[in-house]
Amino acid sequence: MALSADATAAIIPPTAHRQRRSWLPWTFIGPFMAVFALVFLAPIAYSLFISLFRDQLVGGSVFVGLDNYVRALNDPQFWESLTRVSLFLVVQVPIMLGISLFVALALDSARLYGSNFFRIAIFLPYAVPAVVAALMWGFMYGTRFGLVGNLNDLFGVSLPNPLSPDLVLVAIGNIVTWEFVGYNMLIFYSALRVIPHSLYEAAEIDGAGQWRVVRSIKLPAIRGALVIATIFSIIGSFQLFNEPSILQSLAPNAITSYFTPNLYAYNLSFSGQQYNYAATVAIIMGLVTMLVAYAVQLRGMRKEA
Amino acid sequence: MKPRRGSLERPRRSPLLTVVTGIVLIYSVVPLLWLFINSTKTQSSLFSSFGLWFSGEFALWDNIVATVTYNDGVFLRWFGNTILYVVAGAGGATFLAIIGGYALAKFTFPGKRAVFAVVIGAIAVPNTALAVPTFLMFSRLDLTNTPWSVIIPSLISPFGLYLMWTFASEAIPTELLEAARVDGAGEWRTFFTISLRLLAPGIVTVVLFTTVATWNNYFLPLIMLRDPAWYPLTIGLNSWNAQAATAGGEAIFNLVITGSLLTIVPLIAAFLLLQRFWQSGLAAGSVKE
Repeated sequence: MALSADATAAIIPPTAHRQRRSWLPWTFIGPFMAVFALVFLAPIAYSLFISLFRDQLVGGSVFVGLDNYVRALNDPQFWESLTRVSLFLVVQVPIMLGISLFVALALDSARLYGSNFFRIAIFLPYAVPAVVAALMWGFMYGTRFGLVGNLNDLFGVSLPNPLSPDLVLVAIGNIVTWEFVGYNMLIFYSALRVIPHSLYEAAEIDGAGQWRVVRSIKLPAIRGALVIATIFSIIGSFQLFNEPSILQSLAPNAITSYFTPNLYAYNLSFSGQQYNYAATVAIIMGLVTMLVAYAVQLRGMRKEA
Repeated sequence: MKPRRGSLERPRRSPLLTVVTGIVLIYSVVPLLWLFINSTKTQSSLFSSFGLWFSGEFALWDNIVATVTYNDGVFLRWFGNTILYVVAGAGGATFLAIIGGYALAKFTFPGKRAVFAVVIGAIAVPNTALAVPTFLMFSRLDLTNTPWSVIIPSLISPFGLYLMWTFASEAIPTELLEAARVDGAGEWRTFFTISLRLLAPGIVTVVLFTTVATWNNYFLPLIMLRDPAWYPLTIGLNSWNAQAATAGGEAIFNLVITGSLLTIVPLIAAFLLLQRFWQSGLAAGSVKE
């Protein structure tokens, strides 16, 4: 499992203890677990199973052991896509979470004019579907009739085309950042709101200033939220699909069929009919994601030195 | 927000901080403004005018009419499909998250730790790892290309479960449940008559988040559906956009833009109208104060 018992302890809310252990609560949790088994556990088991086979023209489905995994690890297209999302992750996630954290702290500091308006307006992009966000930004990126083109005309400059092969990853990073800054901000903000005020009073008596309070009280207090947001963002980066897939029609030369691992797996199965290999790629990505999420979580939950 | 005491608790407002945060605000809002402004333009002035200001005739209404009537009103069909997926999928997901989260928060039961480990572990599994096998499984069951293939996977919201769990453990006093038990009420009856009411703000929050997830879903229906008659708005809009890129396809950018606006308006309206409720639900622990 991706999270250790350590994190478990940090995440599980306090639970009321009952004297009797009874199976009756399973009538409450049972329905969730039943559907969960159908749409999460069964597909995972099934994909593990089919990743061990190969469809052949003659002889149909043949058991090939770990051949598909060997193939993936020697597949330059797979490595290229994995490198690309890793680069994306290392750059985009810190920028996005940094902005979110800054806004959350600014809102929580009560030093903003009109903070309610800020909170709701910055959160709104979360309500916009990835399809609409990608289409919107895709149009705005346009050098011919988009905003970039407008700016070029207006100032007589020639800004680089955001949808060119060199810049398209940055362009996608911007879209993803735009979509999720507000969402992460709200997670951090909610966590900040529940810090007991007695802590601030104690800090004030000790003569601590705003920055000291942020560093010594607020950031440690929302550590759990930070770790969770980081893990969700990492998962999101490794899963990158919607934005590149939608921008593909606007930038067909810049976005290859193996631009991200997810796009690669999708194209393998739905354009190439290579279901077994697609499942293998997906499983490897699942393992990579879990390992990275686990590492982040271990580091994040480590007791402060 | 409650009034706070003391200088740390009630600091002076800072114009500088407001301005810096304002940059993030502008960044967040400008694309939405762009969308609104450009849905008021005809296709030709879309290409010829500055993107961030109005130009030519105010064609918003014409664009809306054109969007909903294009191709025998297929947009309305997609709209209806999206509503169906949200009501059945997000509604079901919310219900399962409520009773599941309630159980995790308020009961001790055999297998509880295992439930937690499995659910958290599964969140880290990328959708890709699931998409292809889910498609193959559903296609064996003859469910692909039917609404069920979109609704059933939407029924699970691990984030909703987690939200409900944290919320329920804060919002429902255990003494209340003990009292109901002493009075001889069954657990389900207690749940429906007492707990459900206390859970209301949390429920609104979960409803909004599962609704967004379902309303905005793209990957799942993209894989599962082939027949445009079952498309949700997201897939439909992208098919309109892709149409311009295909040989001989009619470019209908004004419809793509107006359709996008019509797609986001209901969600934004819901968030604005219900903000009081969902924000208090999200800050689960605020009841502690």
